[in-house]
Amino acid sequence: MLIRYSARRLLETIPTLFIISMIVFSLVLLIPGDRVLVMLGYSGGDIADVISPEVYERMRIRLGVDDPIPLQYGRWLSRALQGDLGTSALHAIPVLDIILARLPATIYLALSSIILGAVIAIPLGVAAAVRQDTWVDKVANGVVLFGLVTPGFWVALMLVLLFGVYLGWLPTIGYAAPQDDFPEFARHLALPSIVLGLDFAANVIRFIRTDFLEQMREDYVRTARAKGLSERIVIWKHIFKNSMLATVTVLGFDISRLMGGSTVIESLFAYPGISFLLIQSIFNRDFATVQGVVLFLALMVIFMNYLADILYALLNPRIRYE
Amino acid sequence: MSEAVAAPLPPPPANAYVAALRTVREVIANDRKAQIGAWILVGSIVVAVIGPYVAPHDVELPNTDIRLTGPTLSNIMGTDHLGRDLFSRIISGLTVSLQVAAGAVLIAVIVGVPIGAYSGYKGGWIDSVIMRIMDAVIAMPGRLLAIALVAAIGPSVGALWFAISFGSVPRYARLIRGGVLAQKEREYVEAARSIGESPGSTLLRYVLPNAMAPVIVQITLNFPSAITAEASLSFLGLGLVPPTISWGQMLSAAQQYLEVAPWLAIFPGLALSVLIMGFVLLGDALRDHLDPRYHGRRRARRRTPA
Repeated sequence: MLIRYSARRLLETIPTLFIISMIVFSLVLLIPGDRVLVMLGYSGGDIADVISPEVYERMRIRLGVDDPIPLQYGRWLSRALQGDLGTSALHAIPVLDIILARLPATIYLALSSIILGAVIAIPLGVAAAVRQDTWVDKVANGVVLFGLVTPGFWVALMLVLLFGVYLGWLPTIGYAAPQDDFPEFARHLALPSIVLGLDFAANVIRFIRTDFLEQMREDYVRTARAKGLSERIVIWKHIFKNSMLATVTVLGFDISRLMGGSTVIESLFAYPGISFLLIQSIFNRDFATVQGVVLFLALMVIFMNYLADILYALLNPRIRYE
Repeated sequence: MSEAVAAPLPPPPANAYVAALRTVREVIANDRKAQIGAWILVGSIVVAVIGPYVAPHDVELPNTDIRLTGPTLSNIMGTDHLGRDLFSRIISGLTVSLQVAAGAVLIAVIVGVPIGAYSGYKGGWIDSVIMRIMDAVIAMPGRLLAIALVAAIGPSVGALWFAISFGSVPRYARLIRGGVLAQKEREYVEAARSIGESPGSTLLRYVLPNAMAPVIVQITLNFPSAITAEASLSFLGLGLVPPTISWGQMLSAAQQYLEVAPWLAIFPGLALSVLIMGFVLLGDALRDHLDPRYHGRRRARRRTPA
């Protein structure tokens, strides 16, 4: 049953993927100027000095700028499906290779922010619901409001000010690979993870609290209490289990926000993940890489949402039979 | 349903819009958070409109004698690297921030509402195709999309409006489509149609007013993300560029002087947070009261047809 559900959901994402690929392809059409020059990273000066006629001709043929747009799109899509996202004008290597080289850093950051966010949010959200209107609830509300109203990059600046400038405890830019130097890796990961984790936590706390309060009014909870089960068992074995279900979905969908927010955060900390690559490529006018990164990140988000859906169905059999 | 046929003509259309606004006023009157939010917003709008005329200092005038000085009586938030008054610049930044956000939200509404209405009204395969496209746009991370769009078009207020509104169009389209589907079969809509009202006019006079509440909630909650989007894009150097003053850009410039002039990083961020808080407090309260999905199970309201 689950396999059939997964397959059906996978089929359903195809139109979405299709439309997204069209949007990403169209991005390059929006850039003013000769598209061949744009994709070659031309940024002013005498064209003859920077770009040889052969290179120009090769790119012209690759893009097929004289063909109708749908044909160009089709060609671009079929190359993208084969993993050919073009060549970076700046680095002269395949875009996919650059992306894959940057991928681990982004994954580490996403994982550590999610873990940090969950560690803060789950206990706080549950406590806020169980002890509604007490000081715990007020603290939780405060954290939620703080997360909702403070832009992540400002929180980041304030943390840099505190931990970097005044206390000097943590590095404020850069990265170290975990296999090379784990302590340094963790120190570089700390500030960006805190910023993204807090943002993430705010949403999750709010969600868990509301969901918990709703669950607590359900019949099954009354039954469990009536059976004489202790409050601890009712909360942790019954409500918590049910509530986590919904939380997983929120986590899945929040990845999309996390990815969006991480562009600013990665850039601010000069953290060499995919999002920072995007910003760097924009400033270097390396549009093949820009296009590749946007497509890659969008696919990643769709995939995460898909996983969240499947996980939800796995935990909640009712969905599968609908 | 013979009663429906015999019923008097549909209620005067203006009433539903007025009713929606009246509900908003009631929520504000009865909810303390909504009140705080509303006051912040009213204050911000007043400052944004008259602020630039009453600001204590010229926003562009450099004064090398007081470069990077902390808060003093004459420069209550300190000065930047050119000796310009931070407080006056923050006031200008508020005007710009609200302009960009309001423009982006307005465009999203103007584009999203007809799309949703048309889709819901037509139904069938047209509806499926439009809604699939909307789903795809929603599935893309909005901030990422905005960055990519601005990078392609180049930085300008118009580009920001387009880029920031693009991702929120589907939210309005979905809401209105839902509203249209819910109202399409109601007796008064049929009555309106049968007395020769055109589809467009039926939509404007009878369907939209009834879908107003969730749209108002969505607009209020759309502002914080639009404000943050502009600030983030300008922070990255992709949004507004000097001489236009933007909080995001001020924060970006402040990074260089973090050690010697932390106030440059503190105050624009505080201003951003307070403005966003206004919308969040009001939006949350409105959503709790107006959006049926958030009523919870306690208040399962039974609706009687109008």
